[in-house]
Amino acid sequence: MAKASKAKTSKVNKAAPKAEKERWQLKLYVAGNTPKSVAAIANLKRYCEQHLDGRYEIEIIDLLVNPQLAAGDQILAIPTLVRKVPVPIRKIIGDLSNEEKVLVGLDIKPVKK
Amino acid sequence: MPRSDKKNSTQVLAKKPTGINGFDEITGGGLPAGRPSLICGEAGAGKTMFSIEFIIRGALQYNEPGVILAFEEKAADLETNIASLGFDLKKLQKDKLVWIDHIHIDRSEIEETGEYDLDGLFIRLGHAIDSIGAKRVMLDTIENLFGGLSNEGILRAEIRRLFTWLKDKGVTTIITGEKGLNTLTRQGLEEYVSDCVLLLEHRVVNQISTRLLRVVKYRGSVHGTNEYPFLIDEEGISVLPVTSLKLDHEVSSLRVSSGIPTLDEMLGGHGFFRGSSILISGTAGTGKTSIAAYFADASCKRKERCLYFAFEESPRQIVRNMASIGIDLQKHKEDGLLQIHGARPTLQGLEMHLLMIHKLVRTFKPRAVILDPITNLITIGSMSEVKSMLIRLIDFLQVEGITVLFTALVYEKDNAVQTDEGVSSLVDAWILVRDLEANGERNRGIYIMKSRGMAHSNRVREFVIQDTGLELVDVYLGPKGILVGSAREAEQLNELTGVELRADALTRKDRELERKRTVLEAKIASLRDEFESMQDELNRTFREEELTKQIKEKNRQKGGKNTKQGNSGNGKSK
Repeated sequence: MAKASKAKTSKVNKAAPKAEKERWQLKLYVAGNTPKSVAAIANLKRYCEQHLDGRYEIEIIDLLVNPQLAAGDQILAIPTLVRKVPVPIRKIIGDLSNEEKVLVGLDIKPVKK
Repeated sequence: MPRSDKKNSTQVLAKKPTGINGFDEITGGGLPAGRPSLICGEAGAGKTMFSIEFIIRGALQYNEPGVILAFEEKAADLETNIASLGFDLKKLQKDKLVWIDHIHIDRSEIEETGEYDLDGLFIRLGHAIDSIGAKRVMLDTIENLFGGLSNEGILRAEIRRLFTWLKDKGVTTIITGEKGLNTLTRQGLEEYVSDCVLLLEHRVVNQISTRLLRVVKYRGSVHGTNEYPFLIDEEGISVLPVTSLKLDHEVSSLRVSSGIPTLDEMLGGHGFFRGSSILISGTAGTGKTSIAAYFADASCKRKERCLYFAFEESPRQIVRNMASIGIDLQKHKEDGLLQIHGARPTLQGLEMHLLMIHKLVRTFKPRAVILDPITNLITIGSMSEVKSMLIRLIDFLQVEGITVLFTALVYEKDNAVQTDEGVSSLVDAWILVRDLEANGERNRGIYIMKSRGMAHSNRVREFVIQDTGLELVDVYLGPKGILVGSAREAEQLNELTGVELRADALTRKDRELERKRTVLEAKIASLRDEFESMQDELNRTFREEELTKQIKEKNRQKGGKNTKQGNSGNGKSK
């Protein structure tokens, strides 16, 4: 709880200029071409283009191809979106259909009051 | 036909041995092969330990690699925990016998949006299984997922799918689950695992804890339904089947001496049967320990090892005390024939004691075991628990052909007939030593309550402890009843003086008779003399008469021829 409120205040003052410079490293873990994976990929790409214009990298990892990578990021649920940079690490699981939740989760946009 | 098929499939339900001491016996072979089994229990009940042992023993003993999927502990923590059992997890991992994956979910860094599934978990598990060719899997504790993810509907569906998937993979799985308030597991995992459910419990009674294991359900298999006590020690888990009571162990008709010749005599002349169980019960201070020490001594003198568990005295105390009645236990100890193991019963739970006995018996390999006394065990368990423990102990020792001697303290108020532990019905021979109190002193009486399979004395003997040792004395059965101690001695003295007196009286009578005889004989002699003299007299008179007669006759004849010369001639002839 405390953490959330702190994050909120920091967003308003510093996060915005910081977000200007920083690149976003995003990893999306999927498993094959399931509808959920496809939906997640499409959603993520859309959000990034809209909000992080050019300041992002998306790495899509198919665990069916590289199962050993799942342990590193503690992946359980599929699909999982991991934001490595900027720290702290954030994870968003699900097909990313709720835009607002994804953006809050990734700290891309301050929460509307 | 479908019926016979069904029957066949239940009969051939394959099982995977766990390698856990005793558990495979209860379940008739282990856990169901290729199926998930649920282990539930409260925190600290030993779920993780059980599962880890299943995996590691599988890898080491049955060449079945295993995967540990830990939701609770980190791999490093697990390694330390397992190291305490003496297994080197790092090496096992290197040898590709064990694969450990730690699954960590932190709710604070996870945001859920939209639909998802747990394919990640499946993939990780699948990857682990495939990498080492695992046959066994452990999930500890999958319920932690419920803490990390909020969508319970998805979770439940996924867990169900996971179990089916594991079944399809053909791996034998152990799933642990924390016990809920009224359910076996907090999240109702038992719904999903329908093949085998084990419940571990940790019960504390009188500040002493006992771990218990129960097979709640084992589909398609016969299994023991009791609560089986189990232990966790440096060698892992040992489940002690309450008994393997098939009662088909070998029996011996050989006899072993009790060490007290007179007691052997009471037991049909040869002592106890080898491999039998003997109970010596008695009130306080009746010499139970002394009898036990004699038995130990006899065993050592036969060059047979003897294991002595002392629950009341320290080993040194026993050695010292027994030296006072002429038994040198120290020598046997030094010769390695005797091992005295002293421990307070309250040191550990009953099961721990049982296991300790098991272990020592296995390592020392004695031919005789003494427990002195079993009464003290009651302080750490209820009567039925002690009894069940002793049943198992007797069972175990009889299978090994070891003679076991228990001593038990009975309280005088019980009238000394029933032992507290109710083991009297289990043992083969029961000897009762009791106080016989009379005339202001206490004496010890010993008798054989029972002795299976041999003729035995029904007499009460008096049991005397002297500097030189134990001795059984026949009690005095007089007109006034049983006499023991000084009363017996007095009576014996009485008897002895009686004999003396009688003998004395006899000789006096003899002398009198002799005297009478001499008197009579003297009388007879004098009478005979009298008689003879009378006879002489008679004879003399008779002859005189005869002579006179003859002379008179001659004279008459002479007078007839010449009468004148008759007188002178008569005088001449005279």
